[in-house]
Amino acid sequence: MDDFWTSLVQALRLIVSGDPILRGIILLSLQVSGGALAITVALGIPIGAVLGLRRVFGRGLITALLYTGMGLPPVVVGLAVYMLLSRSGPMGSLHWLFTPSAMIFAQTIIAFPLVAGLTMTAVRSVDPDLRLQARALGATSIQEAWAVLREARLGVVAAIVAAFGAVISEVGAVMLVGGNIAGKTRVLTTAIMLETRQGEFELALALGVILLALSFAANLAMLSLQGRSRE
Amino acid sequence: MSENTYEVRDLRRDYVGRTVLSLPSLTVREGERLALVGPSGAGKSTLLRLLNFLEPPTAGSIRFRGQEVPIGMAPIELRRQVTTVFQRPVLLDADVTTNVCYGLRLRGLRRDAQVRVLLERVGLGPLMRSPARRLSAGEMQRVALARALLVEPRVLLLDEPTANLDPYNVGLIEEIVGEHCRQHGTTVILVTHNIFQAKRLAERTGLMLSGEIVELGVTKDFFESPRDPRTAAFLRGDIVG
Repeated sequence: MDDFWTSLVQALRLIVSGDPILRGIILLSLQVSGGALAITVALGIPIGAVLGLRRVFGRGLITALLYTGMGLPPVVVGLAVYMLLSRSGPMGSLHWLFTPSAMIFAQTIIAFPLVAGLTMTAVRSVDPDLRLQARALGATSIQEAWAVLREARLGVVAAIVAAFGAVISEVGAVMLVGGNIAGKTRVLTTAIMLETRQGEFELALALGVILLALSFAANLAMLSLQGRSRE
Repeated sequence: MSENTYEVRDLRRDYVGRTVLSLPSLTVREGERLALVGPSGAGKSTLLRLLNFLEPPTAGSIRFRGQEVPIGMAPIELRRQVTTVFQRPVLLDADVTTNVCYGLRLRGLRRDAQVRVLLERVGLGPLMRSPARRLSAGEMQRVALARALLVEPRVLLLDEPTANLDPYNVGLIEEIVGEHCRQHGTTVILVTHNIFQAKRLAERTGLMLSGEIVELGVTKDFFESPRDPRTAAFLRGDIVG
């Protein structure tokens, strides 16, 4: 327990001191996970909505794939992305390996099934008569889809929260494709791993507290958004 | 402009190979109030969905206000002249005013003064900021009715709008529909199990059985001297089908 409080104090001290290395790590963590989340939201919400609204060919198979994807081990994603981006891989010409772009790419793959799958489920759970009612009131197909998506907003926000939680806290994929290079690809999770290996438990725990606080703040912001939209 | 709102010819609707509606012809005049009665599964709601262009017919044609409606999806400007109030009001997860204004918003319109007047008229003035889904069944149906009337449709389709409502709400809804339609010349097609409601609201009434209209006539004649024995049996409360 003493260790925990010491770490908490150290975490606060680190934050207050404005340590430039720590600031860089926090910023990169937010940049990578935020970037991955932005891409995932832009792709996953429309795709999830279409899957929830329309009877597309192979919907059962797509659903099974998305649900499986929700439990993808990050380290396996990291390995696959590593092989894709390595010099001999099909995307090697991009020269993304050991850069933040590779980390965003890997985290997008982790987050996408969560956002698309949970959006699809949320859309499917909306009263099917709502679409008929919207159409009867003169909605175009886009307005009809928007009405359904709006009704499913609580589920969609939950999907975004779940995806953010998954990417900000994962370590396997970013470690493999980013390489934990100081000042270049080191994020909070990989830094925690490094400090733990070096026996710097207090510092590792302090970084863990910062990670938790960031995650908590982001979730709180999204949940308050959810609450406001409910009013 | 045509004097008829609808001219229906050889209309048919099949579901999974089974014909649920078969209508050789039906004409509804502008501003007319028509009621369709009949047992459940007679095809009444299917007919309303076709007349609201919510689904395409399997065969046949519909002329709407003199214009032939293409098979498939009707043009939006045509669809927006018709609206339906369903038996179960489906409301948005929002307040009463947002729900009532939904149809207007779809058209990019605002009519704030009219909204307030209409909300008062349907007895929802004090509830305008209340969450619509927390209202009673009667209040929710009045929200749905106000939402439909606010877009000033040429045709108002009512699909069992007062089923399961208390007499106060039934009376209020009938009064508002009657008043609005007289003022605006709206064509009304009412589907109901309640033959007394048909008697009160409609100028013409028809009986639907197994997807067909077996008798259609002036309401007074329909109830007082039905031509078809099945109509007489239905009005007596016998099982017909």
